Amino acid sequence: MKFSDQFEARFAEMLPHYPTKRSALVPTLLYAQDEVGFLSDEVIAELAQRLELTELEVRNVISYYSMLTTRPRGKYNVQVCTNISCLVRGGEDILHHCQKKLGIGNKGTTADGMFTLEEVECIGACSWAPAAQVNYDYHENLTAEKMEEILEKYKSI
Amino acid sequence: MAYLVSHPDEVKIVSKRFGQSAANLDRYLELDGYNAVQKALAMEPDAIIDEVKNSGLRGRGGAGFSAGMKWSFVPKQSAKPKYVLCNGDESEPGTCKDRLIFEHDPHSVIEGVIIAGLAVGSRTGYIYIRGEYRYLSVIMQKAIRDAYSRGFLGKNIFGSGRDFDIYWHGGAGAYEVGEESALMESLEGKRGIPRIRPPFPAVVGLWGGPTVINNAETLASVPHIILGGADWYAKLGPPKNGGTRLFCLSGNVEKPGVYELPMGYNLKKMIYDVGGGIPNGRSLKAVVPGGSSTPCLTADEIDISMDFDSVAKAGSMLGSGGVVVLDDAQCIVKFALRTMQFYQHESCGWCIPCREGTDWLKKTLVRLHSGGGLKKDIDNMQYLSENMLGRTFCPLGDAAAMPTIAFVKKFRKEFEDHLEGRPCPYEKQGVVEQLPVLAH
Repeated sequence: MKFSDQFEARFAEMLPHYPTKRSALVPTLLYAQDEVGFLSDEVIAELAQRLELTELEVRNVISYYSMLTTRPRGKYNVQVCTNISCLVRGGEDILHHCQKKLGIGNKGTTADGMFTLEEVECIGACSWAPAAQVNYDYHENLTAEKMEEILEKYKSI
Repeated sequence: MAYLVSHPDEVKIVSKRFGQSAANLDRYLELDGYNAVQKALAMEPDAIIDEVKNSGLRGRGGAGFSAGMKWSFVPKQSAKPKYVLCNGDESEPGTCKDRLIFEHDPHSVIEGVIIAGLAVGSRTGYIYIRGEYRYLSVIMQKAIRDAYSRGFLGKNIFGSGRDFDIYWHGGAGAYEVGEESALMESLEGKRGIPRIRPPFPAVVGLWGGPTVINNAETLASVPHIILGGADWYAKLGPPKNGGTRLFCLSGNVEKPGVYELPMGYNLKKMIYDVGGGIPNGRSLKAVVPGGSSTPCLTADEIDISMDFDSVAKAGSMLGSGGVVVLDDAQCIVKFALRTMQFYQHESCGWCIPCREGTDWLKKTLVRLHSGGGLKKDIDNMQYLSENMLGRTFCPLGDAAAMPTIAFVKKFRKEFEDHLEGRPCPYEKQGVVEQLPVLAH
């Protein structure tokens, strides 16, 4: 299978950083997922071969890390934190608002494939709670109105 | 991007370059950058270790172990390569300080890693950053590249004849990987399952080589100690608690933010003066003083010095510096449930007391919060939690049990108020909406 030149450059740069090939696995999986959208059977087979692992070994690692997924997701992954600092400042209201607005539940994807919604654990935005990440972008000090604007903005790009 | 705040009581050391574009190497050099490494290059390794030991610098990740002591455990001679590993997996709920360091002062972490390497005789360091912090990984990768381009990393650093390499490494979402042995597993490309100790990482760590593992804030403090001296740093805080700390004030306070305060700063002052007190005319109910794993303190228990030893004496832990403030509108049962939902989700399942205990406790808390709890559930939670303590490879089991014991002990009445089908007194319109259960 074919990855982008950027992926290949990163992969080639990373490998010599470690005494074992396997060590590059976790960051490589995330970079591959960013490109393909999810860790497909094809991606798993390719990376297993490159890092001299069995596909089972790769799957075993994937299932441990909460950011890694073997199922397709929407173009924008809306990750709302409801952990303690966000909880006491209304993080659940933000999550419920997203559920209503997008018409999907936790880990659901909208029919147009635009959004996936996920309740996530602490994303390190505690002092700027409540917070959410859309893909890798942080959105902080949220209110229901602000969250709605954010979703609209992503819809239009 | 994270936001910066300021308060007159702050003593800015680790945060002194925040907001000054110090991620730019030229700017960093104008602000005392890389002077500490050059000073350390002229020092004997043991002198560096002694300086850090005498400074009273203790692990900022949460355990509070003496950084210099940790370095001294690394054997002088080793057949296998030695490594320095910077822990930037920051995932303890309530903690958002390393994020600011990586964003505003990435070179200070690089300097800290090099100095640790010089102290223990290593020539390779890794900076592990959690997967969610992608923008920070980009900043750190650039900082590393820039340092190489000037000869601060690589062969013959600063013309000293010594070599030192630093590599970035990224995670992909796992709280437990912040634990040192699980962190090494993750870096080796595996599930983040903890290793049994002994042997400790200082003797057998990454790929079997001796490894020093320090939190990002700990390492970012090191260059300041080398430049300012151990005595100066030690005197900033109470005995055995040198320096300052990035306290992440969050929850129900007027001015949440990350404030750098001297070790031993009074918690009450932190909440009311620095944080501006409790908003909306509410009053204080409880404080989680050092991240979600630390036992809560009640409103009567907050007149304490925020250093490792004083907070331990008060029955809690200074932990990772995440101070989460709860006002009297917060339901402790709900808060305990959300805390346990987190630990149940993050438990790797390797040790049975943690895997089963967190799941059982979460189910009990869901039942209690929705009004279906039995009186014996409350005692059971206490019993279960106590039996998890100290019975797991890594501290995740303790991290789940300790706060639960405190919630039940200090707020028992609130748990009892949820019994016998009573609606949660804190839920809006008396309707209890069950928390969505996360798929594992």
